[in-house]
Amino acid sequence: MAADGSALLPGRHEPLPPRADWPGLYRAMLTTRLLDDRMLKLQRQGRVAFVGAATGLEAAIHGSAAAFTAEDWVFSALREGGAAVQRGMPLEQYVAHMFGNAEDTAKGRQMPNHFQCREVNFVSWSSVIGTQLPQAVGAALAFARRGEPRVVCAYSGDGATSSNGFHSALNFAGVLRAPVVFVVIDNGWAISVPSSKQTAARSYGAKAAAYGMPGTDVDGNDVLACYRAVKEAADRARAGGGPSLVALRSYRLLGHSSSDDPSRYRDEREVEHWRRRDPLDRFAALLEAEGLLDAAGREAMAAEVRGRITEAVARAEQVGPPPLETLVEDVYAEPPRHLRRQVIEALRVVAEHGEAEAVAGRFPL
Amino acid sequence: MTELTLVQAVNDGLKTKMREDETVLVLGEDVGPKGGVFLATEGLTAEFGEERCFDTPLSEDGIIGVGIGLALNGMKPVCEIQFQDFIFPAFDQIVSEAAKFRYRSGGMYTVPMVIRTPYGGGIRGGLYHSQSGEAYFCHTPGLKVVVPSTPADAKGLLISAIEDPDPVLFLEPKALYRSFRQEVPEGIWRVPLSTVREVRPGDDAVVFCYGAMVPVCERAAERIAEARGAAVRVVDLRTLLPLDEEAVIAAARACGRVVVVHEAPRFCGYGAEISALIAEHAIDAMEAPVVRVTGFDTPFPNTLEHYYLPDARRVVDALERVLDYE
Ligand SMILES: Cc1ncc(C[n+]2csc(CCOP(=O)(O)OP(=O)(O)O)c2C)c(N)n1
Ligand SMILES: [Mg+2]
Repeated sequence: MAADGSALLPGRHEPLPPRADWPGLYRAMLTTRLLDDRMLKLQRQGRVAFVGAATGLEAAIHGSAAAFTAEDWVFSALREGGAAVQRGMPLEQYVAHMFGNAEDTAKGRQMPNHFQCREVNFVSWSSVIGTQLPQAVGAALAFARRGEPRVVCAYSGDGATSSNGFHSALNFAGVLRAPVVFVVIDNGWAISVPSSKQTAARSYGAKAAAYGMPGTDVDGNDVLACYRAVKEAADRARAGGGPSLVALRSYRLLGHSSSDDPSRYRDEREVEHWRRRDPLDRFAALLEAEGLLDAAGREAMAAEVRGRITEAVARAEQVGPPPLETLVEDVYAEPPRHLRRQVIEALRVVAEHGEAEAVAGRFPL
Repeated sequence: MTELTLVQAVNDGLKTKMREDETVLVLGEDVGPKGGVFLATEGLTAEFGEERCFDTPLSEDGIIGVGIGLALNGMKPVCEIQFQDFIFPAFDQIVSEAAKFRYRSGGMYTVPMVIRTPYGGGIRGGLYHSQSGEAYFCHTPGLKVVVPSTPADAKGLLISAIEDPDPVLFLEPKALYRSFRQEVPEGIWRVPLSTVREVRPGDDAVVFCYGAMVPVCERAAERIAEARGAAVRVVDLRTLLPLDEEAVIAAARACGRVVVVHEAPRFCGYGAEISALIAEHAIDAMEAPVVRVTGFDTPFPNTLEHYYLPDARRVVDALERVLDYE
């Protein structure tokens, strides 16, 4: 795809998703954009505590996620929650997690934007950068050992490529030939540190060579190019050809999170440059040129998605916090006696002295 | 004297020491142009240049390992770990290396470095932006562990930590970064390590605490004074390792009733050490069992954070129990 979305010659660059799926792929990207917009609005109103938006990264996220099957597993980082939705996670679950309420499948334990969905094979992530990568290798190895034709998608950011986890994961995957695809979404920044300062290597894709696996660098704002590169890697892994690294070069259009002020460290002109290459606009132009989805169709789609988000938010606002008893659940399979005592003690203090007051502090970044 | 918040006092301490000693360097994630996610290093790169305050790749292991090398070779690095929760990738470098260099080399190689890191809850940060991991490090001979609770102490203890010949873990209570201002002396200002601070006088009971729990305990002591006229002493431990044991024992003996408060989980937490110290050296002066008020023995929650964290309610409850004990 050219920068304006034109000049794609179907069939010339296999594998591509079936044309009939393209509007659905666009819809997944649009859903992520609109979810982020809504969550940011709720965050400004103090109804959601934190948002790590994917704005600008929709092609990289959804093009890559489309390359995997429902049976494959996904290990994500902060910004790939939309891929869980694309794989079938209900919007209500997405929003319940952002609120951290009693319907959050993680029982309000994590900060917002730490998605999981067991039903669609989307694994829980900690905030600790890079830790998911060796875990993804182990999960992939389990598929291989059991002879299942399933592979693992392991997402990380450019910053995460500096972590110990990244090195261990690529090294192990290469040596053990694990069926895993490392999808590095290079969005230009790790908070305030430019991606040029994470590595002195020529590119992120070039790092693969040192681990004995294929590596590519792809225009991460071209959703079909992202799909193609990742699908090739996933097919290879599925066929027993081992791991790959695919680096998707894109750009984080907003701050690191809802509380970051990027004007402290980056030039607005650079942001403008990337805004003109918005992955949604590029794909929309292609869909229109191909006669698959016109402006009216896009509008109708957006209205429908917005409506569904509004419903999910309305529902989340009716649901209270998880009950106090959940504090000691899931530490172990069964709460040991000392934890049961601690929760009884907490309930006694509430009965005698009243409820605890919500904390006053704000998340800084 | 100027009125500063705790985070501004950290910033002032860094600038003051960097002006005075050009071997002092600051490294970490986002410490450069952004000035750190909490702005503790704001303006350092502008004033001292990228050579003396620089952003590193995203690797805590790298930050601390490189810091150790700088310290071995004549520099005084102040490494920032963005959140204490992210210190564990560097645990090996801290515990096996920084803490043991002096001992394993018979004093031939030393690591005069400071590791600054915000710890604790209070910002809706969930499991991985809220933890209090002091106990892991207090179990590590060779390290010093310091926790300020006021702007003046933050600056004075930080300067002492930078001047200290051994590695110091400097835990900053992020909940107090901007919660109040205080007059802080200008220029070089030192608070000696391994000394406690009496926050509030009293001899009916004593509360030992540190970091973000200090104002919580002060509030509880005030409520107890209003409700029943009891005078509760509040002692801020300030340096957890090496602890001023004599001061703790003396306060426990003087009051005879003790509450220990920390945010970290209870089991094998710092409060256990204080309780043991009292059992060993002040049991004959005790009029009630020691009561601990702590976080739960669970990971740190998000939505229910305020129930996890000790608050004035829970400290008042504990004080009532020790005061009523007969
Ligand atoms: C081990 C660790 N260190 C530091 C942090 C704080 N932190 C959160 S996100 C982030 C930058 C991540 O950059 P990147 O991997 O490029 O992902 P992006 O946020 O750009 O999607 C940092 C330093 C962390 N979460 N974990
Ligand atoms: Mg990034």
